[in-house]
Amino acid sequence: MHLALFIIFGLMCLGGAVNLLLQRHPINSALSLIVVMSSLAVLYLLLGAEFLALAQIIVYSGAIMVLFVFVIMLLNAGEEERTHGSRAAYLAGIPGVMALFAVLTSTFFTLRTSFGSARLGGFLVTTQDLSRVLFRNLLLPFEVTSILILVAILGAVVLAGKER
Amino acid sequence: MTEVSPALRILPEILLTVTGVLVMLVESVLGVKTSRKPLGALAIFGTLATLVASVYQLQLPAGTAFFGTVQSDAFSVFFHLVIGGIVLVTLLVSLDYFEGHSSYVGEYYALILFGAVGMMLMTSSVELLMVFISLEISSISTYILAGYRKRSATSPEASIKYFLLGSFATAFFLYGIALCFGATGSTNIYEIAKGVAGGASPLLLTVAFGMMLIGLGFKVSLAPFHVWTPDVYEGAPAPVVGLMSTAPKAAAFAVLLRIAYGAYGTLAHVWMPLIWILAILSMTIGNLGALTQRNVKRMLAYSSIAHAGYLMVAFTALAPMGIAAASFYTAAYAAMNVGAFAILSYLSGFDEKRTNLSDYAGIARRHPVAAAAFAVFLISLIGIPFTAGFFGKFYVFTAALNSGNAWLAVIGLLNSGVAAFYYLRLLAQMYMVTEEQTVAPDNVHARPAFVLGVAILVLAVFALGIFPNRALRLARAGAATFAAQATAAQNISAAVLPR
Repeated sequence: MHLALFIIFGLMCLGGAVNLLLQRHPINSALSLIVVMSSLAVLYLLLGAEFLALAQIIVYSGAIMVLFVFVIMLLNAGEEERTHGSRAAYLAGIPGVMALFAVLTSTFFTLRTSFGSARLGGFLVTTQDLSRVLFRNLLLPFEVTSILILVAILGAVVLAGKER
Repeated sequence: MTEVSPALRILPEILLTVTGVLVMLVESVLGVKTSRKPLGALAIFGTLATLVASVYQLQLPAGTAFFGTVQSDAFSVFFHLVIGGIVLVTLLVSLDYFEGHSSYVGEYYALILFGAVGMMLMTSSVELLMVFISLEISSISTYILAGYRKRSATSPEASIKYFLLGSFATAFFLYGIALCFGATGSTNIYEIAKGVAGGASPLLLTVAFGMMLIGLGFKVSLAPFHVWTPDVYEGAPAPVVGLMSTAPKAAAFAVLLRIAYGAYGTLAHVWMPLIWILAILSMTIGNLGALTQRNVKRMLAYSSIAHAGYLMVAFTALAPMGIAAASFYTAAYAAMNVGAFAILSYLSGFDEKRTNLSDYAGIARRHPVAAAAFAVFLISLIGIPFTAGFFGKFYVFTAALNSGNAWLAVIGLLNSGVAAFYYLRLLAQMYMVTEEQTVAPDNVHARPAFVLGVAILVLAVFALGIFPNRALRLARAGAATFAAQATAAQNISAAVLPR
């Protein structure tokens, strides 16, 4: 059952990702990104990360994708055009991605015994465990993120505001 | 050992954050047309307090706080002082630069302060997640600062280019952290060191190191990840370039030192060739690129790529010596490069009137003092004795030679010879060529703050070049503390984890 779910949603995720790259219209790419994000959420759930799965749905498939779609609509972006640059990107990018993929695959295959295997199933990493890590061990990075957000707000004010 | 309060471990960062927030609060109270100089002064006082706090941290025994996420030791103090010094001088230099040209001067000071918080945290964190978040703080604030000349065409372009490529690079860094976690089960430098020594899969660890190296290589503009550098430096305001070509790089180098020697110490034979390649490529591409440039800012951008290459030579040296040489070089490079860009900002003003080499013809006659200071920085960039640049290169190449990397030192020295040519060409323009009236008459006035900033830098260049011992002793102390801690961690792991 768990394995079947894993295979179905893993394939959906892969298919969505490939479709995202192949689509010429930005809105189609954005919609396939939703498929990728949502099927990833199911994979997280299968690994027992319930909080991460829900955050994935709410934050990525929800908020961020709405933002993407809004931006595409605001820019009124049409189908992308083929230029010399995009052809060069194809020529250099596809072999590059394949090489990276090959390196990672061979790494994981040679190491699969020493890694052991992940368990799929009905266990859960509770929110309590998660918050113990987040608010105790990683308290400082968590607090410092507020400075990051402050900097981002300042950036929006500076870059988007008019010169008076 | 008595327990040190965790807040003391991050005291400099706390002080800077508080100053930044104060600047933001006061900024909103000030009227639209009021001068923002008091805010600049506030920021300068905050930075001075931070420097004092960093020096105070030297008295604390080296140790970690906040569940092993940050560590204050001589190494972090050294880099705190370098970054704090850069920020202080940048604030002094830009006190009059933006006045009347931008409506967001208050935000400028706040961004510099928050950016510095990120950079300082990078140097003191021993937890890769902490490094990641502080790297983002430092990067995002520099992306914004690069776009401060909003009316020009090049500055927003520089900002967006820097942002896109920089985010891409950060993604690599994050992927590296994830793979490292996959291999060792931790993101803490010391835990990773245990894993590395305890025989966690070297292949995966190497891929992880490569990813992190790509990410950090982008940030410090090592060839072949340097493509953004000339465009961004050309577009960004000159004082900001002075800051972002030194402070975030110093922080990124500190992180790289911690990862390479702290976490990956036992895998040195694996990552050393990678560093070799990057060092040779950066030195050669940087210097050859600078030779062909007519635009002074682009020339200095290529020169900064070459200097990152010299710094990487220090990485190939044996542990304590290489770390000390790299730390010293960061400080020396910071003094001269911030200085060069400060003078550029003064001579060409907010709207960058002087861009090309020919615009600097005969400038020594019109601005003798500024030209003399510029000459000091350029001579130091060449690496002539009695300047900071000389001892920087001297220690780097000696460290390389002593570790048996003679070829690398030879390539570095050859490169320094090539580099001398383009610096001297600019000097010759300034001093030898009689003036052609290409630029409209200047009405630049040296303000006290600017003069003070440049004076500090000139003094720093000579101090590091004539009396390098104090700085070198601190650099060595830094190298010794964390080398000792890393070996301790590895010894523990050797006892606990059987191979």
